[in-house]
Amino acid sequence: MAGKILTGIHYMLGDHACAEGAIAAGCRFFAGYPITPATEVAEWMSRRLPKFGGVYIQMEDELASMAAIIGASCGGMKSMTSTSGPGMSLMMENLGLAVMLEVPCVVVNVQRGAPSTGLPTLVGQGDVMQAKWGSHGDYEIIAYAPASCQEMFDLTIEAFNMAEKYRTPVVILSDEAVGHLREKVVIPEEKAISLIERKKPDVPPEEYLAYKPNGDLVPPMAIAGEGYFVHMTGLTHDERGYPVITGEAHEKLVRRLLDKIQKNKHDIIKYEEIETDDADILIVSYGITARSSLKAVQILRKEGIKAGLLRLITVWPFPYEKIEELSRKVSKIVVAEINSGQVRGEVLKAIKSDLPVIGVHKLGGDLITPYEIIKKIKEE
Amino acid sequence: MGTKTREKIEHPLSKWIREERWPHIWCSGCGLGIAMSSFLYALEELKIDPKDIAIISGIGCTGRIAGYIRVDSYHTTHGRPIPFAIGLKIAKPEMKIVVFSGDGDIIAIGGNHFIHAARRNMDLIVICVNNFNYGMTGGQFGPTTPYKAKTTTTPYGNFEFPFNLPYLAASAGATFVARWTVLHAYNLRQSIKKALQRDGFSFIEVISPCPTGFGRPNKIGEGLDEMKYYKEKSVVKNGIDPKDAELSFHGGNIIVGEFVEIEKPSYMQILKESISQIKEG
Repeated sequence: MAGKILTGIHYMLGDHACAEGAIAAGCRFFAGYPITPATEVAEWMSRRLPKFGGVYIQMEDELASMAAIIGASCGGMKSMTSTSGPGMSLMMENLGLAVMLEVPCVVVNVQRGAPSTGLPTLVGQGDVMQAKWGSHGDYEIIAYAPASCQEMFDLTIEAFNMAEKYRTPVVILSDEAVGHLREKVVIPEEKAISLIERKKPDVPPEEYLAYKPNGDLVPPMAIAGEGYFVHMTGLTHDERGYPVITGEAHEKLVRRLLDKIQKNKHDIIKYEEIETDDADILIVSYGITARSSLKAVQILRKEGIKAGLLRLITVWPFPYEKIEELSRKVSKIVVAEINSGQVRGEVLKAIKSDLPVIGVHKLGGDLITPYEIIKKIKEE
Repeated sequence: MGTKTREKIEHPLSKWIREERWPHIWCSGCGLGIAMSSFLYALEELKIDPKDIAIISGIGCTGRIAGYIRVDSYHTTHGRPIPFAIGLKIAKPEMKIVVFSGDGDIIAIGGNHFIHAARRNMDLIVICVNNFNYGMTGGQFGPTTPYKAKTTTTPYGNFEFPFNLPYLAASAGATFVARWTVLHAYNLRQSIKKALQRDGFSFIEVISPCPTGFGRPNKIGEGLDEMKYYKEKSVVKNGIDPKDAELSFHGGNIIVGEFVEIEKPSYMQILKESISQIKEG
């Protein structure tokens, strides 16, 4: 039987919800390499995609997986790969290629304890900076941090929409705890899911310039085989896509690549504010740790302490303005994350006062509990 | 005295070339021009619609070919044209997907992708121009550099043994394997035509002079001198076991020809059948 999206209420693994979300978003090509704790994304895709006429291919490594999804997207197929830290490190090379070629694609990183092989089966959130800075040079990235199985589904669709809209790779920075969590996922009717498709050229091939944006900062994308005879190169290039090895051409190209995300950040950035209106203590968190942070807020409120939560749904682009605005109303900020302070550093960059920014950090392997957050707040 | 008017004669291959990108970056005496024109003549003779073909290359001198040909062309990262091409082929099964890149790109940094694409009998035409060194970076040794040969990083001669590329391709599962030098432009064109008309993984090694990076330090001389060497030492042996396809710069021969041509289901054939069964079942 031809494939149908699993509409309705399901009890689903986070990794599976992510994969199903991709299919619902129109993803029909998945290239991957097995790695804990992301393997279940690949397994689900291998089972489900062929029923939709889609293709699962298992590559020889993550270098190849990332290259293959860019190639497939250049042929017009929405494409995705999934991995964890060690694989993400290998994908960094071609993540840069996708940025430079402006090829829509989605990369799922189910984070585990790191560096190196680290803790394959245990949680980590240490790849936040890697997503933004791991490939060489200056680039902007869009990265989501789902905190539930429902968000693994919803944000994967959102990731595809943003990838198509801005012609950019988008990262889903999940973590082992969310990826291996099993909980309720509500999947809407297929027609209730709104999808964004990349802009196609609106001029004949002889007038088409592959990298000339029309109106906004995002050039329409011709796919292979349509007679547009595109040339795409990872070298610095002009509007025709031809290499130009000068500082001037580089400034123009890379500036536009940065601007197309930065100048549209209000369309991209997503967060959730819980009890921040009258908060005296602001907790900033994301992914699985945001759930402990929420519980901490609820306990503190019962005790009469005015705590609030800013849950980052996108970690990149970073919501510097929002944090600066909230910093003016609170007496301290607490950042809870399973790394040594990656988002805490960005929070410090965002605020303009000497407000204390307290970190609650673990380096991976264990979740941060609500009581550990509360204890830290009370100690400081 | 009548005035002479000179008619502009269109080059038979000009429709295939992005002339606005001329001049190209290759050194005089390089074999890449012949490799490229052999390929374009093959396309022309088969009357292939430019819309039906895409070229993927990696990094290096050969990697620049993608940018000179007026088809959909992708100049990717070092070593990765094959996996990029696999994605594109799956998205565009009706197109001919050609990987045109150098020995360093395909065999050194991309060697793993190469053997796995061959193993899958992936429907790609891989043309590997072998000039025995890394030309773009100024002539360092690589996995095809002959034993004892001098390069900028083997100043005392190469301590390592090179790959035999047809043997590697065949043992990994390639179903069409050929080797020619750029002196054998006609044979090369015929092998490219054959590869373009078949399914599965086709591999063609094209031996090319690199007077700048390889010829000079090894006292081979200019490009023309290396061509003379090919003329003197090449022996056509179609159908031989590729493990016996000698490639010697030490007095032996350069064995060229079409070594492997076998029928075997290709990746895209198997994929198409499997998906239609899964969708119906």
